[in-house]
Amino acid sequence: MEHVFEHVTPFVGYVYPNETDFPWSQLIVIYPYITGLVAGAFVISSLHHVFKIKSFAPISRFALLTALCFMIFAPSPLLFHLGQPTRAFNAVITPHWTSAMAAFGYVAGFYLCLLILEVWFAFREDIVAMSKARSGIMGKIYGLLTLGSDDVSEHALAIDHKVARILSMIGIPAACGLHGYVGFVFGSLKSREWWSSDLMPVIFLLSAVGSGVGLVIVLYVIVSKYRKTPIIDETMRGLLYVMFTGVAIVMVIEGLEILEMFYKAREGVETVRELIAGPIWVGMYIQWGMSVFALLTTSALLLFNVHGKRLVTWLFLSGLAMMIGVLAMRWNVVIGGQELSKTMRGLLTFTPELFGRESLFTVLIISICPYILLFLITKLLPPWNEKIEPDHRVSEVQNLHRISLGMNQTQ
Amino acid sequence: MNTQDLQTEEETCGMSRRGFLGLLGKGAVCAGAIVGAVGAGSAIGASEAGSGKRAYQQNDKQFAEAVNNPPKIPEYNWNDHQWAMGVDTTRCIGCLRCMEACKMENSVQMDANHNRTWVERYVYLEGSNTALIDSQADPKNIANAGSETKFRFDNRYKDVKVEKAFFVAKLCNQCEHPSCVEVCPTGATFKSKDGPVLIDTTYCIGCQYCVQACPYGARSFNESRGTAEKCNWCYHRITKGLNPACVEVCPTGSRIFGDRNDPESPVSLFIRNNHVQVLKPEMGNAPNVFYVGLDKEVV
Ligand code: SF4
Ligand code: SF4
Repeated sequence: MEHVFEHVTPFVGYVYPNETDFPWSQLIVIYPYITGLVAGAFVISSLHHVFKIKSFAPISRFALLTALCFMIFAPSPLLFHLGQPTRAFNAVITPHWTSAMAAFGYVAGFYLCLLILEVWFAFREDIVAMSKARSGIMGKIYGLLTLGSDDVSEHALAIDHKVARILSMIGIPAACGLHGYVGFVFGSLKSREWWSSDLMPVIFLLSAVGSGVGLVIVLYVIVSKYRKTPIIDETMRGLLYVMFTGVAIVMVIEGLEILEMFYKAREGVETVRELIAGPIWVGMYIQWGMSVFALLTTSALLLFNVHGKRLVTWLFLSGLAMMIGVLAMRWNVVIGGQELSKTMRGLLTFTPELFGRESLFTVLIISICPYILLFLITKLLPPWNEKIEPDHRVSEVQNLHRISLGMNQTQ
Repeated sequence: MNTQDLQTEEETCGMSRRGFLGLLGKGAVCAGAIVGAVGAGSAIGASEAGSGKRAYQQNDKQFAEAVNNPPKIPEYNWNDHQWAMGVDTTRCIGCLRCMEACKMENSVQMDANHNRTWVERYVYLEGSNTALIDSQADPKNIANAGSETKFRFDNRYKDVKVEKAFFVAKLCNQCEHPSCVEVCPTGATFKSKDGPVLIDTTYCIGCQYCVQACPYGARSFNESRGTAEKCNWCYHRITKGLNPACVEVCPTGSRIFGDRNDPESPVSLFIRNNHVQVLKPEMGNAPNVFYVGLDKEVV
């Protein structure tokens, strides 16, 4: 059999001929995943900024930077996916407002600006301090970053905090909007049984918070180990509460959705059953397995009032589980929805490509980028509320090194 | 909508729509030329040879020319027409000449995964309450024909007892409430005044949201052009007073086309004289392709 076209998705039963060319690939899996991480991380940072919950103070600014770094890369999977990426701005110049997707440019743009502004206000004091403490090119860069506003009087700082707080307050509904909206992009399509659900935006939003908290926990633990700083028990407990609430609610709602689908048992429900038992069974096991693990662990941690090292280990593991579980959930929704044919009489089995524009390799690169950016940005704007040391200490060490090298050469 | 609204809409969309119409016109000219040149031989084979590995009837140069220099269509006013199509499934013999004609006429990608129209075969075996379904894109049919570019159904039911069997031709329904238009973020897909839902291929960003949203699987994505594709009832032909290519070639008169504004047009008569049905009415799309002889099993 001679095939003119290469990417054919195998199927069983009857599917419409055009469906064998899969429209949305793994790139569209990580797009809601990344925006979800943004929403979750942002909520954590706001818990301190807005609600003044003390236990989140140590990681509030770090979570904010995390949200910013992931937000910067959130649109990239979409750009890689478009057939005509150079025309991407058509949707912004002439938005067609009945389309859920038309608002993306505006929603994402607004949110990005908000994050950048909030970061600036939250870090202005440090930027000013650093522009004084650093010399050479870094000093110049910090000088530029102050945007000419180097007033660090108590009054000015009070204004900074207030503005950051207001931005953060706007940011919470914006983050929820951003992510609920992503759920709407899927949930509003009547053509696909697996997507078309009123609960979709809520599920997306709650699982986003779950995965975002997971991300903050994992990063906080790793970064603290790397920097050899103590992990604050109170902060971990706070994260534990958020995590537990998130996982518990999201599991209930996801369960309800599946229950409803089977209870209503509309035409084609057997095919839905086969979808769960067939093409996405691995994803389903990972999603539910990881969620159950996270739920049980966090419950146990709460029940036995665990603190210290054990809390760190187990919360780290459940944070990781949540990140993996939510990624699997995104796969099950985005890919699973398309594997269930619109005919409701057939199932497709999608196999991702390894290399190419829309491939696992691209996904890998896009997923790594935010972490690298976060690493760099925490070098530029350390979020740890530590004293800023002038850099002649650093140069002294370098001088010593140079002197010792010179001695080596003369020998 | 008042007249002023209509006018402004006309002004904002006018340019791109005109560009698109022109594009279709040139496409038809080119496709026609190739068919003409090949004559009685297999037109598809020739077009494959003509454009290298990817088989297009219209090569990319011709495509660009059609986009940049659209021919004018004189004396056509889209306010005067309301096009519609009828499909009489009781007449269809599954010969698939409509598919071949469509692929040739509209430069549709030649593989089995991109179709503007296709035909489904429904077979009830003796004693069974459900139908077995396949289309010409089924791997067995392709294997039997030897190529994706030869459109044939195989003879797989020759040794079993068949109780009832029929064919259903499918295509874009040019819905009254098209989901694809609703979800298109740029407005590249739009509903024309005379009925067909059109795509401005110079404005489409290739997000494929429309492909997802169409409940009928009528849309596909042209990878090499990076834009969405679907049937437009051969807009370049109907605006010149011709029938769509599939209607033209159908040897049994299974496909019926015409203007609903004309009460004596074939399609008006077809709708008046038959109990017609539409596909998936529960979707609320209000299709403009009307069927006779549908069955509970038709998806
Ligand atoms: S059948 Fe599909 S592609 Fe055609 S107009 Fe309706 S929704 Fe759009
Ligand atoms: S692929 Fe093109 S026509 Fe379809 S929704 Fe996207 S921009 Fe609109």
